[in-house]
Amino acid sequence: MLAEWFRELYRLTGINLTIFTDSFDQALFLRGLGTTVSLSVICLSLSLLIGVLGAWWQASRIPLVRALVKGFVVVFRTTPPLVQIYFFYFGLGAILPRVPNAFGVMQPMVGNTQWAILSLALFAGAFNIEIFRSGIEAVPRSTIEAAESLGFSRSLIFFDVVLPLAFRVCLPALNNNLVNLVKTTTLAYAIAVPETLYAAQQIWTDASNVPEMMTVLLITYVALVGVLVAAVRRIEAKLAIPGGMR
Amino acid sequence: MKKLSALALLFAFCACLPGEAFAADGGRPSILGALWKWAPLLLSGFAFNLLISVLAMALGTVLGAVLGLGLVAPSSGLRRTSHAATQFFRNAPWLVLLFFCMYLMPFEFVVGGAVVPFPGWVKAVIGFALPVMANTAEIVRGAVQSIPPAQWEAAESLSFTRRQTLWMVILPQCVKRMLPSWMNLYSLVTMATSLASVVGVSEMLTLTADALAAEGGRTDLMAPFYGFVLFCFFVYCYPIGVWTRRLEARYAVK
Amino acid sequence: MIKIPSTFPSPPAWTPDHPIVRVSQVYKSFGETQVLKGVSMSVMKGEAVCIVGPSGSGKSTLLRTINALVPIDAGSVVVEGQEVCDPELDKLQLRRKVGMVFQQYNLFPHMTALQNVMIAPIKVLGQDKAEVEARARALLRKVRLEDKADRHPGELSGGQQQRVAIARSLAMTPDIMLFDEVTAALDPETVKEVLVTIRELAEEGMTCLLVTHEMGFAREVADHVYFTDHGVIVEHAPPAQFFGEAKDPRTRAFLSQVL
Repeated sequence: MLAEWFRELYRLTGINLTIFTDSFDQALFLRGLGTTVSLSVICLSLSLLIGVLGAWWQASRIPLVRALVKGFVVVFRTTPPLVQIYFFYFGLGAILPRVPNAFGVMQPMVGNTQWAILSLALFAGAFNIEIFRSGIEAVPRSTIEAAESLGFSRSLIFFDVVLPLAFRVCLPALNNNLVNLVKTTTLAYAIAVPETLYAAQQIWTDASNVPEMMTVLLITYVALVGVLVAAVRRIEAKLAIPGGMR
Repeated sequence: MKKLSALALLFAFCACLPGEAFAADGGRPSILGALWKWAPLLLSGFAFNLLISVLAMALGTVLGAVLGLGLVAPSSGLRRTSHAATQFFRNAPWLVLLFFCMYLMPFEFVVGGAVVPFPGWVKAVIGFALPVMANTAEIVRGAVQSIPPAQWEAAESLSFTRRQTLWMVILPQCVKRMLPSWMNLYSLVTMATSLASVVGVSEMLTLTADALAAEGGRTDLMAPFYGFVLFCFFVYCYPIGVWTRRLEARYAVK
Repeated sequence: MIKIPSTFPSPPAWTPDHPIVRVSQVYKSFGETQVLKGVSMSVMKGEAVCIVGPSGSGKSTLLRTINALVPIDAGSVVVEGQEVCDPELDKLQLRRKVGMVFQQYNLFPHMTALQNVMIAPIKVLGQDKAEVEARARALLRKVRLEDKADRHPGELSGGQQQRVAIARSLAMTPDIMLFDEVTAALDPETVKEVLVTIRELAEEGMTCLLVTHEMGFAREVADHVYFTDHGVIVEHAPPAQFFGEAKDPRTRAFLSQVL
């Protein structure tokens, strides 16, 4: 039904949207979209975890731990994510041993998708650490003192008082970074992870419909980002404290 | 101190990887030897990255300033159009915009019978300039709106026109406020230029892959070579970041 | 300067006929500034003690040494026979005995009034949630805020927030309450409702240490008044004597300014 309509569109206008008319291309594109979504969700969760742990360790009493976190943040924030991906995938991937898979065929220990997840999560995580750090600094010292005087332990103060307050302060910056992360998942294309961009390229190579697929790509990403932004808005509204944060 | 420790960390990261970094065995150049041999080419590639970044930033800033003024224009139609364009180019991935320019722009123009070539790297400059434009527009809007309304009223009471107020009162105050974000954006563009390798522009990352292929795909060279690329970007972008934070601290508007 | 001994004798069991808080020869500096220069005081169980003095005289710092929020440089602070600056000290044990209320209320803004009162007994003492909730509601009733239980701090007035903060401290069933200029940030109209609450506590026999500028309150409620200036205790006496016949000229100068 829909396919018919798009076939008619192609006949009349020359706009060739094979993802609607060709079941193979459609499956390819949907798989790519699925990969992008799962890549985004996994990296997003991991990067948040890295952000929380990093911010926690950045306040550590051990100077070496603080220096390591700081070094990690600086290096990952000031180098191109694509080069990071290459460094991990080609550089470290080449050094790691190859292991036999279920069928006894030798293959790399860490696959390209896993490397993409790892490097993207580290990249976004480094930004999240900085974001959480500035949020934590915004929590007044006096509120922490009140928690101390009630006998709260260090971890209880961090997880029950500081983090919930800091999280609300840094939601806008976090939103920006997570939007960036979704956009950055396109870089996985460079190491042949079959995400949306990769699938789109396969389709346009085959059907030579570059302008159509480009437009589809742009709309897809703008929509994905839109969904994420709307989700964060809902979280923001849900977490809003009645009466504000005095 | 902090700067030094961060640098030392990166060096350690790059250098400590495979063990026999200095030894040359059986005619193969050692890792450092290979890196030394290819460094001039790789660095010329990096210079190309910097050229692309500067041009993209210049073009994007000019376009972005115009778009940004559109965002604060009195006409609601103009405002809405500018807003849509800004949001679109801000939310589209850089790599997809790059593909867009690469594949959809002609490789040459015919101007009055003469054929003007339109090489890939020029398209890359345009591809990077588009997100720069959208981000600059946002920076301009943010800065203009951060100026207290009393400034507009004061200028108005001196019977300045809207245009005069904007150019003589508001924008001069904005420049200072925009500088940190704008520099941050430049740092992002510089890092993004490595994306041009995906579409075949011979910048540093492309040349690195070429060099590695010319060395016969030696696996022990991969990490040091890509580490070197990371290092070059780090050395260039880190001081920009430090400077940006200093400006931010100095111009902190409370 | 007096050195803190590296080992502490095991404390003798504290009995109510000894001071519940004993501060002896306490020194404290922040960087170059000496804030406490050999301060000593003692408080018996059930006493209400007011510490008055000009700003920056070290009153708040003195209060903070008692629950180990501020570590001291030299001297000794003993609470219920327990040396506070003993590095082996279990600060949790100390802080459940000593409650503290702050000038800026310092409620947790992301929790309701009830949650603010409940969190410490549940999370720090591991008490049963239902039992804690019943007690928390009773405490809110005691500070006349049972109808505000589900409000967030941002929705309450300063005086209401301060009373929630008092209830939050009381929920830990402390033996001693510290009040650090708790009315200084309040509107004049709401000062009274907070003072009434504190007065009731003192009358019920709670040991109260207050740093305050409310001289009228000190005169009516305190059993003993201490006057600090430039990091030393200049004079201390029962209120009638303190306000009536102060000996030291510095005390008299201060009193003539504030009364």
